[in-house]
Amino acid sequence: MDIFILQVLNALFYASILYLIASGFTLIFGVMGIANMAHGSFYAVGAFVTAWSLGFLQSRGVEPWLLVFFLPLGAIAVAILGMLIEPILLRPFYQRAHEYQLLLTFGVLLIIEDGIQMIFGSDPLLVDMVIAPFGSLQIFSFRYPNYNFVVIGTGLVTAFLLWALMYRSRFGVVLRATSQDMRMASAMGINVGKVYVLAFGIGSFLAGLGGAIIVPTQTAVVGMGLEALIIAFVVVAVGGIGSQLGALIGALLVALVRTAGVHFVPEIELAVLFLIAVGVLLWRPTGLLGNAP
Amino acid sequence: MIIKIGAIKNVAQSKLFVISLLIALVLGALPFILGTYQTLLLAYGLIFAIAGLGFNLLLGYTGLLSFGHAAFFGVGAYAVAFAARDLGIKNMELLLLTGILSTFFLSVIFGIFCSGLTRIFFAIMCLALSQVVWVLSNKLYSITGGSDGMSVKWPSILWFDEYSGSGAFHRFIFDYYYYVLVIFCIMVTLMWLLCHSPFGKVLQAIRDNETRAQFVGINIKKCRFISFVISGSLTGLAGTLWVPLTGHITPESLHWPFSGEILFLTLLGGFQNFSGPIIGGIAFTYLKAYAVASTPYWQFVLGVALLLIVIAMPRGIVGLFSSLIARFTSRSERG
Repeated sequence: MDIFILQVLNALFYASILYLIASGFTLIFGVMGIANMAHGSFYAVGAFVTAWSLGFLQSRGVEPWLLVFFLPLGAIAVAILGMLIEPILLRPFYQRAHEYQLLLTFGVLLIIEDGIQMIFGSDPLLVDMVIAPFGSLQIFSFRYPNYNFVVIGTGLVTAFLLWALMYRSRFGVVLRATSQDMRMASAMGINVGKVYVLAFGIGSFLAGLGGAIIVPTQTAVVGMGLEALIIAFVVVAVGGIGSQLGALIGALLVALVRTAGVHFVPEIELAVLFLIAVGVLLWRPTGLLGNAP
Repeated sequence: MIIKIGAIKNVAQSKLFVISLLIALVLGALPFILGTYQTLLLAYGLIFAIAGLGFNLLLGYTGLLSFGHAAFFGVGAYAVAFAARDLGIKNMELLLLTGILSTFFLSVIFGIFCSGLTRIFFAIMCLALSQVVWVLSNKLYSITGGSDGMSVKWPSILWFDEYSGSGAFHRFIFDYYYYVLVIFCIMVTLMWLLCHSPFGKVLQAIRDNETRAQFVGINIKKCRFISFVISGSLTGLAGTLWVPLTGHITPESLHWPFSGEILFLTLLGGFQNFSGPIIGGIAFTYLKAYAVASTPYWQFVLGVALLLIVIAMPRGIVGLFSSLIARFTSRSERG
């Protein structure tokens, strides 16, 4: 029973991170039709920037409980990075075949992966000091760190805010109109360029946030972005690419499958995960909740 | 009128034939001028050209972007390593056969799953399937050696003996280069015939307009499946030829960034041309070799190169040159 609760909590924790990465990916795909290959690297940048800045602030004598407020630094840095990349690199290529956008973002991926090593070095960065101030909760026979509840909460709050943004705000109407028919939206007087840069910025921010809040519980290591991208692919393939609810359900499913897989078949849990993606794609090519033609 | 067009076509084709023959002769003469290391690089280049040629049958001619071609390349290579280690096969021809058969079966299995899908769904399906193979190669440590990989000895080629003793490395590279070159020439010829055959035209019709092709009475799924199997097997052949040269195989060549590299080299040459992936394969090999040799941050160099290629020459090296030639000839005609 204890182990079951622990595993469910772990799955929710993992689902929260996956949701943050996948929702950004699916937002960018839904609005601009770009499969952002650099999305996993954005996640890694978020983790590294947060880890490095927290380490820097700690060395300057900032108290651990204050450091928590600097966690979103990584996400903000990634949002700025995304809002630079979209207008400079991607915008000139929207008229061309979508292979070019895939290739451009793959180029960005290669640059960021090595860029991280150049800037932060190849040693893992550890910033677990922000976990301790939160304390931990006694659940039956084990203690669970409260910080993990913060991560789960962040995922839930983000999901709610994204929903409110998409369906209860004026910007959401503009965003959905642009993703449905860019030309028509433009003809109705919507500044499509501005919408695109904001959408790409929000998508990047979400990936960065995922990296920023996971880094205290893990370390920031080189190559963490590559795995994140592939798992994000699986999440959106299962949930339905372009669908926000799909990203949420996909993240929950993938997190449950991986947690169960690690528990029961630790050797090949990743293979099981990919086979599930294959199964969903065969059964419903557009994913569980996708309605792309 | 018809005869006239036929004659023009024949002139153009015989011109192409003469040029191809000249290029093949130059490639055949190069090892006498170049050193061993350059010959080795060129052999790698030809192998990646074969891989790109296979990949481009899907991307350029069928309009499907696969993100899982590393699986074919890697399985072709692993098949050779298994056959050499577990069956004790030393003969390269038998190893080739093993590699081709394994990748053929793998492409049939992948093809059954993938050929019903298009666009991003096709890409994700290829990716997911290839990742399954990658996970297995990594985790089945007792069979594959896990992330340490497996080493492969130099095979014997045709009637030549095993390579050992002094100067063996030089002799092996020299002989193996010609081995690769002959297979390369055969594959280029076969693929050229395929792409310009009625079947090649059907693939292009599906690529350009799926609905129309369906109305004409083309069995789209079947054609995509055949194209997929040929494409996968050819990339697998490249992996089979590749592994005796490196002498070592790790799961890295099954991992998805390697699929990205195959895509990279195809676009570097230009995917709208038949010769694009050939030029791209050779150019990519040199680009990567010099980037790796000059900096630990070679991925960074490749990334910058990739961005520059897409921005400055979106139709690849071949596209750039053909538009330059077109501009030059039209100017000289005017003058």
